Amino acid sequence: MAVVRRRSTLPQAPVYAKADVEALSDEHDEPAWMRERRVKAWELYENTPMPYMEEEWRRTDYRHIRWDQASTMVAANGAGAEQVPAKHLEPLTGDEQGGLLVLVDGKVVRRELADELRNQGIVFADLRTALSEHEELLREHFMTAAVKASEGKFAALHAALWDHGAFIFVPRNRQATLPLHVVCYNSRSGAAMGHVLVVLEENAGATVQVEYASSRGDEHASYIGATELIVGDAGNLRFVSLQDWNRETFEFSHQRGLVGRDAQLDWVNGVMGSRLTKAFIEVDAVGTGANARVSGFFFADHGQFFDLDTQQNHNAPLTNTDLLFKGAARDNARTLWQGMIKSLPKMQKIDGYQVCRNLMLSDEARMDSIPGLEIEADDVACSHAATFGTLEEEPIYYLMSRGITRPQAQLMIIEGFFDELLQRIPFDRVRRRLMDEIEAKIIG
Amino acid sequence: MVATLEIRNLHASVDADDDLILNGVNLTIRQGEVHALMGPNGSGKSTLANVLMGNPAYVVREGQILLDGEDLLEMDADERSRAGLFLAFQYPVAIPGVTLGNFLRHAINARLKAEDPESKGIPIPQFARMMRQKMSALEIDQSFAGRYLNEGFSGGEKKRAEILQMAVLEPRIAVLDETDSGLDIDALRIVADGVNSLTGPDMGALVITHYQRILNHIKPDFVHVLYDGRIVESGGPALALELEEKGYEWVREKHHLLQAAEA
Repeated sequence: MAVVRRRSTLPQAPVYAKADVEALSDEHDEPAWMRERRVKAWELYENTPMPYMEEEWRRTDYRHIRWDQASTMVAANGAGAEQVPAKHLEPLTGDEQGGLLVLVDGKVVRRELADELRNQGIVFADLRTALSEHEELLREHFMTAAVKASEGKFAALHAALWDHGAFIFVPRNRQATLPLHVVCYNSRSGAAMGHVLVVLEENAGATVQVEYASSRGDEHASYIGATELIVGDAGNLRFVSLQDWNRETFEFSHQRGLVGRDAQLDWVNGVMGSRLTKAFIEVDAVGTGANARVSGFFFADHGQFFDLDTQQNHNAPLTNTDLLFKGAARDNARTLWQGMIKSLPKMQKIDGYQVCRNLMLSDEARMDSIPGLEIEADDVACSHAATFGTLEEEPIYYLMSRGITRPQAQLMIIEGFFDELLQRIPFDRVRRRLMDEIEAKIIG
Repeated sequence: MVATLEIRNLHASVDADDDLILNGVNLTIRQGEVHALMGPNGSGKSTLANVLMGNPAYVVREGQILLDGEDLLEMDADERSRAGLFLAFQYPVAIPGVTLGNFLRHAINARLKAEDPESKGIPIPQFARMMRQKMSALEIDQSFAGRYLNEGFSGGEKKRAEILQMAVLEPRIAVLDETDSGLDIDALRIVADGVNSLTGPDMGALVITHYQRILNHIKPDFVHVLYDGRIVESGGPALALELEEKGYEWVREKHHLLQAAEA
């Protein structure tokens, strides 16, 4: 029998043209410098091949994406905040928040900021508004220091075509005492290019929560995003990001925190949704005495693939970074964590900690962890580890011998596994959310 | 009604085609009675304890285990526990991230839910009060409720935590698997006092031990000797003293003589 091979006519890469970039910039009547940056990024994008066998990509298979579906930019069609499930709108802790910004399909549907924060000169706005009202701040910080277009194919694409996002700015010596909450929700399939930029000036403080989610969809969707966290000297940022895209979404994101002299970044990153997430999560300790703590939660099931690249860059002496990722996988899900601690030459007295712990809940699941160190100094304390475990029968039996049912015993042990991570999260509602997520993935 | 645990002609092994570890155990324990089960290492004591509780690592090849006439072999470990059976483990496993307090609250709630699916569980203040009381009776520091189950517990702390669980769950029949081993004299006294306060009309106990020492503190009504997976000797408290004096060699010789005579 003859085998007829039909050459696939489906696109192997996002489907955009330079005209899309120009049209986007025109549509929003952007300042010339932004338009120039977009066009330059587009040229970079065009001159960069799709990532394939590079070290950080060679385990990532994204060839099955229907780019014909996933390249159509999500356009708002009147959906409002009522579309967003309540859990994404809940404050981090207690009943109060300093601000709430809800974007549905890229469009602002709610924007609230407490007067006491506004009066301090704190900016909490969507990026479009920020670009007209705080142009100079954006010009200085937007993709200039933390995430740059030159980081890779998807960073360049994002820089050329970003279309919505949030900007948070806390001036020198000011504290956003109440949490600021951003929700990016898509009610439609397609491409979302969201951007979050947080800038804390010297000795400023803030707590920021960003939730990403989308409604159920049948078509492939993409999120090509960037998160930039810039913490000025002696600043203090607590940042929580929870990702809960629908199962047809493919995420490619670059997320980086820059931590200044004696500043503190406490970053919680929860990866729960999407079909594929390829995230580059990096902290750069750029000032002497900078401290960063990164806590990652991931739980993959039913064909999900989470591919997380973390990097801790010690670019100054006396810096501390502490990264703990804990994840589980069930069904035929796959996870990959690749970690790296780097130091510039002669950065003495740095302390870098990097651990990924994995819990495999089925024989079909696959979890890989690849820690790494590149340290060019001798007076340092750096450690890294990866651990793998399965759900063992002995502890289940022990709990059952006290009358606890098997499903409850399994759930308790899995929640127990994550407890070390949950204990690092200073927000009760986030801990609750993650525990609900664990329950849903185990029982639901 | 007096609860009765009947073990009839129990045969068990690790895998279905392995050599038998339990070779026809017969034993009846009633609520209110304290039975001591002694025997040398490898005689099958811990296997018996685990087979009674329903450890899935063992296969029952023959025989019956009945609690008030109900077939325990048809039940998983959790159902056996809810039916009133308890095992104090020889080597309690550490469970990171699960606190002792949270664990016991779940254990109580599992019972309440089994009785009434609508149950909201034990109110937290009531649970906390009960825990405080039971912990102080066992001289367990209150901070233990917040510690991860058995993680970093010393040998004595683990055993006391087992007895605490027994005190909280109030079983009708308790099996204590070498709860005495490795305890210093103070810990032994605390554990034994704990057991003594629970045994009585409401609870029957099977105290499994290698040594006679704990029986100075917990007075058994009956003493049995397990050897080669079956009970070869049963008697009153005097049997324990006789064993202590003559050693397990005595049982071994006597048993082999019997076997030789049978052959």
